[in-house]
Amino acid sequence: MALSKLNNLYRQIILEHSQHPHHHGNLKKVSHKLELRNPTCGDVLIVEVELSDGKIKNIAFSGSGCTISQASASLMTDEVIGKTRSEVEKQVLLFSDMVMGKVTDEDELDDILGDASILAGVAQFPARIKCATLAWKAVYQVLENDEEGMK
Amino acid sequence: MDKRMSNYRADFPILDQQVNDEQLVYLDNAATTQKPRVVIDAITKYYYTDNANVHRGVHTLAERATEQFEGVRDKVARFINAPTREEIIYTKGTTEALNWVAAGYGKKYVKAGDEIVISCAEHHSNLVPWQQLAKRNGAILRYLDLTADGFIDLDKAQDVINDKTAIVAVNHASNVLGVVNPISKLAKMAHQHGAIMVVDGAQSTPHMPIDVQALDADFYAFSGHKLLAPTGIGILWGKSELLAAMSPLEFGGEMIDWVELQETTFKKAPLKFEGGTQNIAGVVGLGAAIDYLTRIGMNNIKGYEQELVDYVLPKLQQIEGLTIYGPPDAKKHTGVISFNLKGLHPHDVATALDMEGVAVRAGHHCAQPLMRYLNIAATARASFYFYNTKEDAQRLVDAIIATKEFFQNGTV
Repeated sequence: MALSKLNNLYRQIILEHSQHPHHHGNLKKVSHKLELRNPTCGDVLIVEVELSDGKIKNIAFSGSGCTISQASASLMTDEVIGKTRSEVEKQVLLFSDMVMGKVTDEDELDDILGDASILAGVAQFPARIKCATLAWKAVYQVLENDEEGMK
Repeated sequence: MDKRMSNYRADFPILDQQVNDEQLVYLDNAATTQKPRVVIDAITKYYYTDNANVHRGVHTLAERATEQFEGVRDKVARFINAPTREEIIYTKGTTEALNWVAAGYGKKYVKAGDEIVISCAEHHSNLVPWQQLAKRNGAILRYLDLTADGFIDLDKAQDVINDKTAIVAVNHASNVLGVVNPISKLAKMAHQHGAIMVVDGAQSTPHMPIDVQALDADFYAFSGHKLLAPTGIGILWGKSELLAAMSPLEFGGEMIDWVELQETTFKKAPLKFEGGTQNIAGVVGLGAAIDYLTRIGMNNIKGYEQELVDYVLPKLQQIEGLTIYGPPDAKKHTGVISFNLKGLHPHDVATALDMEGVAVRAGHHCAQPLMRYLNIAATARASFYFYNTKEDAQRLVDAIIATKEFFQNGTV
């Protein structure tokens, strides 16, 4: 049955993150906020960040999207909290390479992306890469917009 | 089911393939249709034996190319029952055709304070050009409401279309809601108030006989690629007097009559709109597609697609948790069927269906205002054509059920 291939994409942990996303909602203290749209599907993702002492102290996301975009956002928030600007940038670039199938070293992915490395299966579904990267692009842009605030 | 109709499937080489280890079921025909061998062959033959630039050569190949290029204009005129062949203008597609009406006619004649009326169910290509025109000319863009079934509401239209209305522009058939709108009645309303009627025929022309005179339209646009022809060729039809009043948008070769250092006079329609070397092979392909469709008969296509909808819609309606947009009555529903599975984003549904070999579209279908009107972010959409079969329809139903079960159970 061809649907069995879906297990490569919709792993249990991904479905759980999508149904019960972490850090979903709004922050009390927001230093940076960004809204990103996926123009191909009309999905909207809002990321709120509290930057403090050069690190992401807290982060939350809201908006609507598919299983992949919601799970990816949830996993992203788990992985970037407490990280510095350069650490997060490294994560985002590696995540992007991972879902495009450019990096497949499981140890490296696990080490830097933690649970988010479970999304490596997206590489087999090219039409869904944009869904997976939306939240990561958002946090990357937040950092780009804050060249001075975080070193 | 009409046996002869399902035989046409064999004319489409692309359909004979496996996708994700499953026999392909192509149900994205509202986006674009597949091409029959006769169309592919016509384009190949044109490039193998007849290719030349049209109108301007005196040599034999140029003569042949011109004959085919102009011959298709006659075919298109017959296909949509246009009064004259000179009213058939080649464009890139529906989008370009509608943009030309907005920029070539609308920009010239719509005054500040005039009203342009469209519906909230328009494709962006029949929305953004009017929005831009309204901004540029200081006109007001007004929206027609829909009935509960998704048709343009004629009663409420009476309150929107008035003496200030300059243009009414609506879709003949919806690319989301699976309805055919009452164009001739809207046209009557528009004309009573001195407005012109612009019709987006992208989703209707491939599926039913079209008579632009019976529709009482003033402009009518459609795309070749949604009716078996190649991409990059479409048609704008307009009434002669309106085309004469409308400005060309592309200036250059072939559209001119006489060029002086400071002044130029233009040819008459259609050539005044067709500046530069045209998509000649696309026109040849369009001609072959129209011949093929005409041989089958547009009424037969309409009847057969209705059979498919009669078959599949009740089956889909039985799936618990499946919301289907547009009229629940199969007799009122076209082969464009938009749906959502409860608790699932349409992109997830479309990926799952693709794993089952079933190609559908997911997203906002270039109709973001309609999505907001329906209070949803997006839908999945299965859209049928006459080369689809009841087996295809059943595969869709089975795949949706399997998808639902997959996401309910988390695994298979």
